[in-house]
Order: sequence, then C-alpha cells, then structure tokens
Amino acid sequence: MGEAATLTLPTRRDEAWRYADMDALARLGAGALDQWQTVDVPAGESLMRCMIVGSDAPEVHRIRVTLGEGASAAFFVTNAGGDYTRVEVEVRLARGAHFEFGGVTIGGGDATREFVTQVTHAEPEATSNQTVRSVHWNSGIGNFLGEIKVARDAQKTDAAQDFKGLLLEAGASANAVPQLEIFADDVKCAHGATVGELDEGARFYMMARGVDPASAQRLLVQAFIGDAFVALEDEGERERLLEAALAALEGAKL
Amino acid sequence: MLEITNLHANVGDKPILKGLTLSIPAGEVHAIMGPNGAGKSTLAHVLGGKPGYEVTEGSVTFRGQDLLALEPHERAAAGLFLGFQYPVEIPGVSNVQFLREALNAQRKARGEEPLSGGEFLKLAKDKAGLLKMDMEMLKRQVNVGFSGGEKKRAEMVQMGILDPAFAVLDETDSGLDIDALRIVGNGINAIMRSPDKAVLLITHYQRLLDVVAPDKVSILAGGRIVETGGPELALRLEAEGYDAVMA
Repeated sequence: MGEAATLTLPTRRDEAWRYADMDALARLGAGALDQWQTVDVPAGESLMRCMIVGSDAPEVHRIRVTLGEGASAAFFVTNAGGDYTRVEVEVRLARGAHFEFGGVTIGGGDATREFVTQVTHAEPEATSNQTVRSVHWNSGIGNFLGEIKVARDAQKTDAAQDFKGLLLEAGASANAVPQLEIFADDVKCAHGATVGELDEGARFYMMARGVDPASAQRLLVQAFIGDAFVALEDEGERERLLEAALAALEGAKL
Repeated sequence: MLEITNLHANVGDKPILKGLTLSIPAGEVHAIMGPNGAGKSTLAHVLGGKPGYEVTEGSVTFRGQDLLALEPHERAAAGLFLGFQYPVEIPGVSNVQFLREALNAQRKARGEEPLSGGEFLKLAKDKAGLLKMDMEMLKRQVNVGFSGGEKKRAEMVQMGILDPAFAVLDETDSGLDIDALRIVGNGINAIMRSPDKAVLLITHYQRLLDVVAPDKVSILAGGRIVETGGPELALRLEAEGYDAVMA
C-alpha cells in the first residue's frame, strides 16, 4: 500500500481540529497536512520569525519548533486569509528556554482563520507567552486553540496565554480553547479569554473630535490588535504586520 | 452662531427636551444651569450627535447649517467642540496620535492641508502649556490612568488644539480642585474668548463662572429654558437655590 493511501483527513472529534473548516480541508487534501516545517534553535540562540498568511485558497502552515537550553523563539503572525487559514505551532522547550507567540486573525466573509499551538515545557525554568487577537465581521470566524503541557519535572515553568476577540457585527464569531496539562507542582500558568464588541463610547468620542467613522474604527482596531505585537521589537516588522492586518479591515462593517 | 428652536428630544422613549429655544451669537459665553435631571447633558449630547438621542421636533442651526443633519465628525469639522462630562479612555491610542488624526481629519474636511508631525507637536506643546499640562501626558494613552482633574484639563488641551468656533462644555468644572478650576477657566478664556467664537457652558456652580464671566445665564428645567438673565442670575441661584428663583 502506498503511503498516500494511509493519510486521512482529521475529523472534528480531534480536539485540535474542533473548529476547523472540514470542507476546505477536503479541498486541500490530506497530503497538504503532512508537511511540517521544522525549526531547531540550538542552546543559547534565538530566532524571530514574522509571517503574513492568507490568500483566496485554503492554507495550512504547520511548524514544529525545538528549543535548546536557554534558547528563544518568537513567532508573530498576521492571519488575514480569505479562505480557511490555519497556523499550527508545536513547541518543545528545554531548560530555561523562552517561546513568544503573537498572532492576529482578522477578516470578514465566511472564512475560518485559526491558530493552534501546543507548547510543551519539557524541562524546568522555561517560559512562554502567547497573545492572540481576533477581529471579525460578516460571518468570519477566528479561533485560538492553545495547549500548554508541563512535564513532571518542569518546575518553575512560567506560561501565559491571552486571547481577546472583537466582533464588529452579529454573525461573526471567535472561539478560544485553552488547554492546560500540568504535571509539575511549582509552576505558573495563566490564561484568559474574552470576546466583545467595539467600544461605541470610544468611537463616538473620536467622532466628536472630527475623526470619521472608518478611521475611528481603524484606530480602535489597531489599538486592539497591537497587543499581539507588543513583544516584537523590530518596528519595521511590527508596522508590516499591523498594516497587513489593517488592510484586511478595508470594507469591514462600520 | 447657534440657534436652537423648539427642540424636543427623547432618550429611548422618554422625552427629555421639551421645546427648548436658545440663541447664542458669536462673542458670547452663555452659561446653562439647572437642577439634576433637567436635560443639560441631553442638550450637550444632542448637539454633539450622540447615538441614542432622538430629536422629535425643532431645529438647530449652526453657522447657517442644519446641525442635526450632520454626522458627529462633520459637526466637529464645521467648528463644534463637545467637552465631555466623562471623557472616554481609549487604551492603546496615544493622545498625540488621536489628536493629530482628529485635527487633520477636520482640516481635510475643510479643504486645508494636513499638519506635519513636527507642526502638530509644536501646536500641542503650546496648548498643553496653556493648561499647565506636561507634554509627557500627551504621549500617554487617551485618558488612561488620568485623574478626574487631568481628564478635564486634557479636554481643554484638545479644545485648544482643535480650535473650534463653538464649544459646548458639559460640566467641565466637575471633579476639579480649586487650582485646576482656575487653570481650566483661564484656558477656556484664552481659547474661546473671541468676537468670532462662542461657548455654551453647562455647570452647577458659580465657582467656574467667577473665572469665566458669562455674558448670559439661562436656567434649564423640565426640558426647556425657563429664565434667561445676566451674570447676576447665577449669583441669585447660588444664594437662593433653584426653587426660590424659579418660583
């Protein structure tokens, strides 16, 4: 039997695919899911990667990151797909390593955009921080499925996960699924998730000062998603990711 | 400059303004006083165009234009400034970014060239100085972490930068200590006392009127103007109370 025949598509019963767009996955084919990029960051070194993903066709980006002792990796992603767009990151942290993730999903239409992370603190004293912001309108969907695993001897782990969704109109949705699996006893794991609407009081305040409705919305969305890229020190890259996200906002419901 | 004629307005289904008529010519500072629930803040919100306030009858003409037909940002560009009783906090947006965007949007709407970053900062520094506010405050997020008094001073800095023809100031004196009250009052005088500008000043207290001497004082009660007079009317209210004066 050829290898291709053994590949099957996931189902919604698989926790990590619970909110995925199964029709889009079928169009993409199982073969596309079997492609992992691997990133190894040796002990003491650091890596930063910025990505702008999304097109008019389904996309699945799967990245497997291994961090050596004291290594650090930072991923910042603008996910503004016009069709199902999934970014999946699996990370294994050795002692004292740090993983930083900042992601934005933004868009209307009826597409699903999602981040799925699995962060494994395999050894003591590693830290991780994940910040995801989702802004959607029409029937757009944004998902963040974030799993944090802390191994038995990974004491002094410090892991944080923060999700906020902003829905510009009824019909859009945001799903946050934090999953913590902790086997060590001396750890800090924080997670938070909220979903809300645009602050109408702030929008009126801006308009009362002369800012037109679209610009007011853009400023407020910019402030909202900015949290995801706070840890990105390269100002040019931060601007590029923000601009890509805000470009997707053109034509959004006011 | 501002002509309000027989204005009726509802908040939800509840009528609040019930036939309010008021005329404020250029060069005038007109104070509005009145008991709680009289409709003072509703008047300010209706003039600013806040969503949720429905005008059911009457008209408001501002510099010859139908004010009520304009969107809030168009009213601002036309020269109207609304000073908020409760200025709104906007996390993630700095005062400098917000005000430059606001000023340049107004200038664009009026067919004027936008100010460069440098020109804007010079203007902002000048107006902040007028209100004795540190430029560092203006680099911070809009009203976030500001005390009540700082928010009101920041409102006046905004007014100075935007340089409106007409200001509606809704209880700008609330939450101010005595020194801040004087600073804010002097700011209002410096920015708005001009033959081609006018102010509608909503207040509960004589203290602000000691600094910003109004030309006229009106009492708003039950959704309409029940009495108009000179500055002495405010002094009488302070001494005798609304019930006695309106009796």
